[in-house]
Parts: sequence; C-alpha cells; structure tokens
Amino acid sequence: MSEKIIEIENLGFVIQTKQILEKTSFSVSSGQRFFIVGPNGAGKTTLLRCMSRIITDYQGIIKVKNKNLKNYSHKKLAKILTYLPQGLPADIPFTVRQFVLMARYPHLSPFSIINPQDEEIADQAMEMTQTACFADRILSTLSGGERQQVGIAAAIAQQAEIFLLDEPATYLDYKHQRDIHNLLAKINKTNNTTIVCVTHDLNSAVLNADTIIALKEGKIVFEGTPEEIMNEDTLEKIYSKKFNFVAHPQTGQKIIVPDIIDGFDRLTIK
Amino acid sequence: MKKNTAFILIVIFVLLVMTVTPFAGLTKIPFSVLKNTASDTTEARIFYSLRLPRVCTAFLAGAALACCGVALQAMFRNPLAAPFTLGISGGAAFGAAIYVIFAASMPIYCGEILFSFAGALAAILLVYGLTKIKKGFSAGTMLLAGIAVNFFFSSLILLLQYISDFTQSFMVIRWLMGSIDVTGYRVPISMLIFTSAGVIIIYFQSLKLNLMSISDEMAITRGVDVKGTRKIIFFATSIMVAAVVAFCGPIGFVGLMAPHICRLLVGHDHKILTPASVLFGGAFLALCDTVARTLIAPAEIPVGVITALLGGPFFIWLLLKDGDKSGT
Repeated sequence: MSEKIIEIENLGFVIQTKQILEKTSFSVSSGQRFFIVGPNGAGKTTLLRCMSRIITDYQGIIKVKNKNLKNYSHKKLAKILTYLPQGLPADIPFTVRQFVLMARYPHLSPFSIINPQDEEIADQAMEMTQTACFADRILSTLSGGERQQVGIAAAIAQQAEIFLLDEPATYLDYKHQRDIHNLLAKINKTNNTTIVCVTHDLNSAVLNADTIIALKEGKIVFEGTPEEIMNEDTLEKIYSKKFNFVAHPQTGQKIIVPDIIDGFDRLTIK
Repeated sequence: MKKNTAFILIVIFVLLVMTVTPFAGLTKIPFSVLKNTASDTTEARIFYSLRLPRVCTAFLAGAALACCGVALQAMFRNPLAAPFTLGISGGAAFGAAIYVIFAASMPIYCGEILFSFAGALAAILLVYGLTKIKKGFSAGTMLLAGIAVNFFFSSLILLLQYISDFTQSFMVIRWLMGSIDVTGYRVPISMLIFTSAGVIIIYFQSLKLNLMSISDEMAITRGVDVKGTRKIIFFATSIMVAAVVAFCGPIGFVGLMAPHICRLLVGHDHKILTPASVLFGGAFLALCDTVARTLIAPAEIPVGVITALLGGPFFIWLLLKDGDKSGT
C-alpha cells in the first residue's frame, strides 16, 4: 500500500460532558476506500467533521499529508479535502451549474475570477455524475437523490485528493445507491482519489470498501478487511445483536440479511 | 426575465430617480441650471447646495444600508437580518447619542462616526454572542437577540435623554427619527468615503457569501475562512451603519427590503446581487426622501417614518412567507 495520507492520533472530542470520541487513532493510505461503520451515535459523523476541520476544538492530532490539519490555510486544505454532508441543505437557491462552479473556489485567484477552464471542469464533473441534463435547475427543486449526485459533482469539480463522505447513498433508492457507489469506485480508480466514507449500511461497506473500521461509543472496536468484519462475534461486539449471513450470489462475499420480525405470523422460521 | 436585463433595468431605474428627484420640490427648478453651473440665482443655489447634496446623501445612505442587508442576510442565513432588525442601528444610535450629549464639544475628527461605529460594533458582537450561547441558532433566536439588543440600547438612549437638558434631548429625538437634512457637500463626501469603502469590501466577499449563504459547513469545506470573513463583514457593516446613523439617523427597513427585491430580480449570486442591491437601495432611499420632503411641503416628514411605513408591512409579508423556515 502507498503512503499514509491521513494520520489520526488520540483524537478526542467532548460536547458538554459527553465524550463523543475517545482516543481514536488510525491512518488512511492514499487511494484507499476506507469505510467507517458503527451503530447510531457512535461518533461517525463527528469523526468526519473533525477530519474536514468543521470541528476544530478536538483533542489529539490529525495529520493530512504529514502536516497538521490546523496548519493548513483554508484554500490549501480545500484542494486536498472535500466533504459531502449527510444530505445537502434542501433550500439551496442556486442552479446546479452555479453550485458546482462554487466548488472551484479554492482554485481561484484572490480576485475570484472564474475562467473558462473552471467552467470546463465543472461541466466535466456534471457529465460524469449525469447531472448535466438538469444543470440549469435550482437545487431546491431536485429530489434527494439528484441533490446527492450534484453534491458529488461539486466534490469532483473541487479536484480534491480525499473525499470525506457522510452516508452518501444510504437514504437513496436502489438504483441511485448503485449509481453513486459505481461513480465513487470509478473516481477512486481513475484519479486515485482516497475515499473515506461513513455509513451504517454494513452491506454497502462490505461491498465497496477495502478497509473498514467500526466505531462504538466513540472508540474503535474493529479495524480490518470486509471479510474480517463479517464475523458473528465481531458484529455482535459492535452492534450488541446477532446477525444472519448469506453469501452474495455473484461473489460469495458474506453479507447480512435483515432479521425477521417478532410475532409477525407471515414470516415464520422454516 | 434574464438576469442581465433585470440588472440593466435597475440601472435605468437608478438613473431615472437620480435625474428626476433633484428637480422635485416646492421651488420649481428650471433645467437651465444644469447648463450654467456658475449661475448665482436662488434656484441654482437651492439646486446645488440643498437638493443635489441631499439626493446624493440619501442615495449613499440607502446604498450602504442595502449592502449591509445583503451581507448580513447571507452570513446569518436569515431573510430578516438587516442593520435595523439586528439592533446594529440601535447600537450606532446609542453611540451617536453619547457623542451628541457628552462629547460634541470635544475636538474629535468625525467624532459622531467614531462613536456610532463603536456602538454598532458592540451591538453586532452582542447579537452574535447571544446567538452563539444557544447552539445552532435559528432565524428566530437571532431576531429575538436583535430585538433584545435594540431594547437595551433604546433604554440607554432614554436614560441619556432623561439626564440631558431639553435642547440636547430634542436634538436626539429629532435625529432618531431619521432624516437627511444636509447642506453643502461635507456630509455627502464623508458618506461617499465610508459607503464606497464598505461596498468594495463586501463586494470582494461575494463568492464567500454565496457559500456561506448555503451553510458554514459548506463554506469551510470549500476553503472559505469563515471566521475571518465574519470579522471582515462585522467591520464593514459597522462602519457603513455608523456613517448612515451618524449623518442621517437610524433609517430602518431599507437594508431589509432592497436585497429581497433584488433577489427576485437578479437571483441569489452575490456577484450580481450585491451591486444590484447597492444601486437599488440607494435609489429607493433617494425616492423615499423626496416623498418625505414633498408630500406635505413646505413641512417635512422624517424619511425614517416613510421607510418604516413601507417596511413594516414588507417585514410581516416576509415573516409569513418564510414562517415555515425561520423556526419560530
């Protein structure tokens, strides 16, 4: 594996008296597809917000490309890192094209002049994400799935080396889920972009990641490959419940299936 | 309507207002005053040393207020944010009242601006501080904080009036109503300096304001120094509000209305919205001031009364329109 692009040492974060993250340490290598899973409230989103410098009052050290996150200028960091929140705000009044072009901000000169090259990059990003067909529509009129595609288009236009993604596909329908994950895989391959993705959908993590860590109550309780996490004891430790597994019909990769519902007569154990 | 067409329409509106308003008034001004600038007739004197400076001052004050409104609404993501609603004008008024009552005799250059700048900055920091205490500030919290700050400063002004003598007290009241009563070019030239400085500063924040109007999170991850930009905007708005309040009194609602009307016309991109609002706000206040001095001529209505009469209903309309989003 190539050099470490993100290194996190003893990261801690407290809100009021609640310890959200506790002594979290891990590193991400360049070009990795790194997934962070865990139950609700485990601190996954907080971790991502620390890594994207939205939260700054954390303890510990986050290094990006061997330099402390806090020592980067804002524009310089935005050329390296981009962050897609869990759903863009629903009331953005800009058109898709305007929004994607805004992601060129870190590359602009101090006088903020958008040149034809920036427009071309934005156009390409919209082509890649199949959002070019509604480039002139206002974001607030799009569906959740379309908005998410636009979010990724903007991340691509920002030309960052690392994508920090918070549940990029969880709330979308099956087709949009697949499209988004295919797109991320493609960007990862062609540009060697590092993908750091938070999700609570274990199956999508297992099918898309090359490395997975699991957080529980702010601590890392698992770090390994998708094959390693698909283990009854490991998952029970993370989620405090038992899981059923099946083999994926195409690859044989173990995936989980939903539980049957207690007392629901139509579904009885055969 | 195309955005560029809308912008051109705004420019035409401004040119129209600026050419017509100096001629409006009780005294008929012949157009010949334009040809012979050196003439010493009564009409020429009224035109050049009363009407023209007054229209220019009104334009610059309106432009400054609208510019503040644009920046504050984007930065706080709050459609109801404006110098008046957030208590910034109130703070500036208190600063200026202190100057009028205690410090007017001191030889300080542009003392009234210095004092109202301090008041404006104190108010904006107070409102911002109050909203920071309650995490995740909604539009509603911010407005309540603004109202609280406004009350606080108007109580302080009342206290000042109570302890000052009658003439000073009357001066303060008259000036609190907001009026653009200028003679000569000292005031318009000072206004020009402060307004253009503020507008240029804000204009250079346009792309940052676009991102900040979506969310601070978005702005940070696109490489905007959000904290630094906030400081710049606090400074620029305080200096513009201070100049307006010091010279014309706390004129309300221009800063609230102009950005909304312009957003309907040219859209939300601050690269075009900022100049459009500046121009429109200027022309709008110049027009209001002309109405104020001609409606019951030879008497005058304070222009603040006119803008408040228009702004009150507009504010309620906004409140109803965005009621579902403001979180109140």
